[in-house]
Amino acid sequence: MELIAEIVVTFLLLCGAYFGFVGSYSLVRLPDSMMRLHGPTKSATLGVGSVLVASLVWMPVFGGIVSWHELLIPLFLFLTAPLTGNFIAKAIMHLSLRPEDLPKPTTGGTWRTYGHDSRPPVPETEGPNEK
Amino acid sequence: MIRRILPHPFMTLMLIAIWMMLVNRWAVGSLVFAIMLGIAIPLITAPYWPDSARYRRPGKIPAFLGIVVWDIIKANIAVSRIVLFMPRDQLRPAWISIPLELTQPEAISALAATITLTPGTVSCDLSEDGGSLLVHCLHAPEPQDVLDEIKTRYESRLKEIFA
Repeated sequence: MELIAEIVVTFLLLCGAYFGFVGSYSLVRLPDSMMRLHGPTKSATLGVGSVLVASLVWMPVFGGIVSWHELLIPLFLFLTAPLTGNFIAKAIMHLSLRPEDLPKPTTGGTWRTYGHDSRPPVPETEGPNEK
Repeated sequence: MIRRILPHPFMTLMLIAIWMMLVNRWAVGSLVFAIMLGIAIPLITAPYWPDSARYRRPGKIPAFLGIVVWDIIKANIAVSRIVLFMPRDQLRPAWISIPLELTQPEAISALAATITLTPGTVSCDLSEDGGSLLVHCLHAPEPQDVLDEIKTRYESRLKEIFA
């Protein structure tokens, strides 16, 4: 039983190391900043994910307790990683791209980053101050 | 009445589950405190969440998450092969503009987050009218295929989940 758990944990840790390495290496290897943005999304998802599953398997078998923190870490990570990616992409759009470099929105108009009014439309429901 | 005490029942459940996992061991006292937090936090932050997401078939969420996790694993392997072995001049990055059929903000952010978490695609921006999503692909010799896959695989399922 312990041997099987050890093999599973080792395999998962190696997977995590591999994807973490590929994610970091892609930062060096890929040619422009927009493509480099793809690197961290890999290490953030599968790299961290397999290390956490390894920990989830290790804790009950060798540590003697069931730990739930491992499920929370990917939850918070998966909620925040797309937001940071989105903000970095917007910064790249402002700094090194022009609207002409990008495809036009299929539904017309322009992208919000380049719009004159980049604030979101005010919702018509009551806000905090109107109560 | 129940709407007044629990403006976001799903958020209350999530907060209780997250608190219990943070505490990391079972105790009735923790559960009571978790329920107190689960009721108090949505009430205090209610002004920031004027609309709650409207779900049509929330039972389909686990199947959607399963598909996304499976796709993350598949895409990770494909992208790691591209990063390690593909010569740089053969890479075909592409921008695509996806016309959206989803209209709820929660549904659009779920789709955008899914696209970013799947390696090889990053969602970058929304158009001014909120009708199209700008996506960057790491390697897409046929951008139309990526667009079709996102629309049939993710957007159609999200359309079933959200009303």
